Amino acid sequence: MKNIKTLILLFAISLGVQASEGVALQEADFDLTDNASLQRGAKHFVTYCLGCHSIKHIRYLRIAQDINVDQKKMLEDIAPEGASIYDQVHSAMNAHDAEKWFGTQPPDLSLIARSRGADWLYSYLKGFYIDKARPFGVNNVVFEDVGMPNPLWQLQGQQKPTYQTIEGKKTIAKLILEEHGTLSDKEFDRVVNDLVNFLVYVGEPVQLERKSMGKYVIFFILMFGVLAYLLKKEYWKDVH
Amino acid sequence: MKPSRLTLCGNWILERFPLTTLWNEHMAHYYAPKNFNFWYFFGSLALLVLVNQFATGILLTMNYKPDAKLAFDSVEYIMRDVNWGWLVRYMHSTGASAFFIVVYLHMFRGLIYGSFKHPRELIWIFGMLLFVALMAEAFMGYLLPWGQMSYWGAQVIISLFSAIPVVGDELSLWVRGDYVVSDATLNRFFAFHVIAVPLVLVLLVFLHIVALHEVGSNNPDGLDLKKIKQTGRRKSDEEEEEQNLKSNNPDLKIMDSIPFHPYYTVKDLVGVAVFLLFFATVIFFMPEMGGYFLEHANFIPADPMKTPEHIAPVWYFTPFYAILRAIPDKFAGVIGMGGAIVVLFLLPWLDRSKVRSIRYRGGIFKKAVLLFVISFLALGYLGTQPATPTATTFARIFTVIYFGFFLLMPLYTRWEKSKPLPKHLTYQPSLEERLPVLIDAVNEMIVITPVKLEDGTVVNKRKPDARGILNVITRLAIRLKKSLD
Repeated sequence: MKNIKTLILLFAISLGVQASEGVALQEADFDLTDNASLQRGAKHFVTYCLGCHSIKHIRYLRIAQDINVDQKKMLEDIAPEGASIYDQVHSAMNAHDAEKWFGTQPPDLSLIARSRGADWLYSYLKGFYIDKARPFGVNNVVFEDVGMPNPLWQLQGQQKPTYQTIEGKKTIAKLILEEHGTLSDKEFDRVVNDLVNFLVYVGEPVQLERKSMGKYVIFFILMFGVLAYLLKKEYWKDVH
Repeated sequence: MKPSRLTLCGNWILERFPLTTLWNEHMAHYYAPKNFNFWYFFGSLALLVLVNQFATGILLTMNYKPDAKLAFDSVEYIMRDVNWGWLVRYMHSTGASAFFIVVYLHMFRGLIYGSFKHPRELIWIFGMLLFVALMAEAFMGYLLPWGQMSYWGAQVIISLFSAIPVVGDELSLWVRGDYVVSDATLNRFFAFHVIAVPLVLVLLVFLHIVALHEVGSNNPDGLDLKKIKQTGRRKSDEEEEEQNLKSNNPDLKIMDSIPFHPYYTVKDLVGVAVFLLFFATVIFFMPEMGGYFLEHANFIPADPMKTPEHIAPVWYFTPFYAILRAIPDKFAGVIGMGGAIVVLFLLPWLDRSKVRSIRYRGGIFKKAVLLFVISFLALGYLGTQPATPTATTFARIFTVIYFGFFLLMPLYTRWEKSKPLPKHLTYQPSLEERLPVLIDAVNEMIVITPVKLEDGTVVNKRKPDARGILNVITRLAIRLKKSLD
């Protein structure tokens, strides 16, 4: 009996150890019902990301409808020059050039929020730091040896890491802003959150509708359940 | 009075097709024990999920493209551009997991109440074949979205065939139709997933139910229910024997039993409602189920050049996957994984107990079942985790327990003393009848205490009470210990 208890305890401990691995992510602060934030996010995406990354699983029209922008404004303000409202959101960069410049084709970001999660995106976009050993001069705390430059460096500025030694291994303690960008910390934080918000929306455009519909479905099933239960009671009255 | 045209049409069919006989035999005159409990919902629920998978699956094939270049995009097309496509897809993906939850619980019911024992061995065999077909169906279906996990999961599992000596490499090549998982594999898996395996499933469900209705349902007491005359008066044993011989006599019904329809049809409707409540909650509020029903890495298109860091099958395969990884040699691991399923087929002949139900078995069997459940859940968890040395050690311990439960069964079920069986079915309080006790326990744990606010008003606040919680836990522990004797 004692052995079993020790084993269970050991098992529990080993689970705890496993759970604590990996870099701690910062929490993103986003709100899918905030259309203004989604609109800013869409604009930031087209300005800073679309040069290399497509979001080909969504069309400009769908975005316009979902984030409450009229089609004309979508084309004038947000979509790049020459895009049609029915187009999928493609990047202008062609695959051949991308391979030559970056060694690989930049991934489509339609589902990045679903594969990586919002907090990872937030931490990633805020996690670039100067690393002269890398081809683009930057590295990232949550994506080691990342193959892209920091797209938001003009806004954020440049970060430098401070190191600490844990168990004989040199690890990054935190990032310090060495050179200021055009935005303050708070403003930059908002840009990143808007981008994350937009990417979470793009990951599953139907999610708000899904949740609001869910309430009615659950209510309907509850009503059905009550009826079914009463019916069962009635039929089973004479079973003893 | 002249019969109406509708009646005439109905008669025309009934004269040519035994609809009434079929309905009576399997529904209205099929007698089922009247003390079915919570565990007996999962058979009809499995059928419901099967229908759900068929209906949503057919809708999905209308827009899905089984082509390595188009498959991933076509799934996203369904999720975004097809009307209600997202709902259909989530119903199908959640349905796959729900199927396994329901089937595992259904199998567990069979295990604890001895539904696999004589004379129901064949029902159990058909059920196990269904389980194997279901695993094949799920495995091949999981390749179709063509995400990273689809691809690498299939790659890992198919490569297991190559561990078989002599013919292994040829065999895995034959299964894949290529040297790696590719378009050829996707196409043949699609064919199997949408037509071949579903046909097998339907046939097996048919056989499972026909076999069940031939020998009749088991019950939570595991009693043999005899046929008695409908007047209710029990007969002497000889008379009964005689009556059993001519069991087609419509005057006879089975003791302590009620017609499946309408009693169990209306009762199963309640089960359906509760099931749908959970099912809809997942579909509408957490379709990924924290990465267990839809894995995060499967939102990245399949890339044959990039192996993911950590390949884990979907949760319902992880107990068997953990057994595979726990065994150091690859071929032995494959044998172990296969053996974990084969051993389930042998259950009717491994169990030597005279009684069916866990209620009348000795303490050893109860403790063995508890250990088995713990090891199965633990293996399931370990299968989702990376194989660290500690995790592997634990997986080995639980693998030994898993096999120990089955392989030692002929010994411990023969030794142990069973309790005397009652003459009639017993009645235990149902879930709803236990509700007041549960509410009392909650009230004991969370006590209402008056709290005086700053402005002088007194508010009743609910606070957890340490002594109450301790009392409830002690009571539970004592009950658990008693029920294990």
